[in-house]
Amino acid sequence: MSDLTFAMSAPTVSSARRETEVGKQPKMSARSLDFFYDRFQAIKDVNLDIAERRVTALIGPSGCGKSTLLRIFNRIYSIYPNQRAEGEVLLDGENILDPKYSLNRLRSKVGMVFQKPVPFPMSIYENIAYAIRHYEKLGKAEMDARVEEALRQGALWDEVKDKLRQSALGLSGGQQQRLCIARAVALKPQVLLLDEPTSALDPIATSKIEQLIAELADEFTIAIVTHNMQQAARCSDFTAFMYLGEMIEFGETEKLFTQPAKKQTEDYITGRFG
Amino acid sequence: MNTATSSANASRVAERLYRRRTIINRVAIVLSCAAAVFGLFFLTWILWTTISKGIGSINIALFTQNTPPPQEAGGLANAFYGSMMMCGIAILIGTPLGIAAGTWLAEYAGVRRIGLVIRFVNDILLSAPSIVLGLFVYTLVVAQMGGGFSAIAGALSLAFIVLPVIVRTTDEMLRLVPAQMREAALSLGVPQWKVIVQVLYRGAAPGIVTGIILALARISGETAPLLFTSFGNQYWSTDLTQPMASVPVVMNQFTASPYENWQSLAWAGALVLTFFVLVLSLIARAILSRNKSRHE
Repeated sequence: MSDLTFAMSAPTVSSARRETEVGKQPKMSARSLDFFYDRFQAIKDVNLDIAERRVTALIGPSGCGKSTLLRIFNRIYSIYPNQRAEGEVLLDGENILDPKYSLNRLRSKVGMVFQKPVPFPMSIYENIAYAIRHYEKLGKAEMDARVEEALRQGALWDEVKDKLRQSALGLSGGQQQRLCIARAVALKPQVLLLDEPTSALDPIATSKIEQLIAELADEFTIAIVTHNMQQAARCSDFTAFMYLGEMIEFGETEKLFTQPAKKQTEDYITGRFG
Repeated sequence: MNTATSSANASRVAERLYRRRTIINRVAIVLSCAAAVFGLFFLTWILWTTISKGIGSINIALFTQNTPPPQEAGGLANAFYGSMMMCGIAILIGTPLGIAAGTWLAEYAGVRRIGLVIRFVNDILLSAPSIVLGLFVYTLVVAQMGGGFSAIAGALSLAFIVLPVIVRTTDEMLRLVPAQMREAALSLGVPQWKVIVQVLYRGAAPGIVTGIILALARISGETAPLLFTSFGNQYWSTDLTQPMASVPVVMNQFTASPYENWQSLAWAGALVLTFFVLVLSLIARAILSRNKSRHE
């Protein structure tokens, strides 16, 4: 338990935020959600509420379905044949799994950042402007302002403002990942999905991203998958523990880490398995 | 006592094994060096012969005068022009078709059987003897048009050589673009065709351009398909519906002749062609290595 209390002792932005919390409708919720890779069922009857403008962390051992669950939330899985989801995922009360729900509309509302930073092979500026241009017709001055705003939100502006025209491939891994966050944020989505955003980064870059997550939670609803329990403890308000495709326990982060209700959760967070 | 002897035994076995491996290693190195030297020896010989026999006929007239009658002075201007035209048109026909087909294979075919079949057929086309492609175009175009040889038929037969090369490189280069790049672009809500054209092509561009350059290098030396499509023309001709000269066909004709001036022109053509292909290969290498260093 000792490393756990250490993890919890750091003052978190989320605890400050929680004080001003008012009872709200969840932004996104999964209802009896199942997911299949061909015949293998990776998600089993999951129910989960993701609170608006809060950080919800998904934790669990490798292969427990946490990334899979995240990938359902913007239907990115649908580019692969033989992958399918059953059940409901509600975004502001509408079922996004309904084929009638437009993919473009969904993805403009639900942005995603992946495990490995993937800047596009173009300039830093173009990486941000590319997606904005798809949705809005902006003049040069307006576009410049939008790009700057996004890069500031991604905590990257000061490092790249003098080399916006250079290839994004020249940035360091941590910078590339912040660029990817800025790119997702630039579309002004409502929900941000982060799939192990720091697992390919060094500790310094990681702490920068964690700080960024805390800041972004003022504006966006965030769901983050992480295999790092300290990270979940540090930067999330709610935590869901998954195991073998099932949702074992879900609750406020502080409570889940200090007084887990289920034996499996306790075993996992105290490092007995996983 | 017993364990001491057995460990001494073991170390002796290990030493013998080590000595044997050292010897095998040396033999392997010697053999592979010999193979490399053997290959390089003939390559240098070929290059040396081409240069020494061709360099004497490299002059302004080579590029300004047309192919001469036997025993007269002249150059290869009409053949250079013809080769450039026909190769250029072949690339212009083969590239867009090849990129489109390669894109379909990599991005849309998925795991469908038809994709696998097309990929397989394309590989057959890739290794098809060029003379077969020439015959195909002869039957399809030349014979249909009353036996009229034409530059456009020549270009078409070369385009059939270009096509599978570009289909293959586009397909492979697109499949090398990491899946995460696709997911990242699609997760911004950008439709698939835009993602392919604006993001994936950029990632795959150096490879695709290299494929185009190598295809150009390949067809610039092709003789067989041109023999019965564009045939040849000893005069300057820019009419694509008429027979047209080309460097490889002229070389084929001139080297087989008993006339000395024709033979030396053929060597000069060979030298220019070799140099051209060398430059193309260098450009292709430069593009690839520049891209590689940028990704590291």
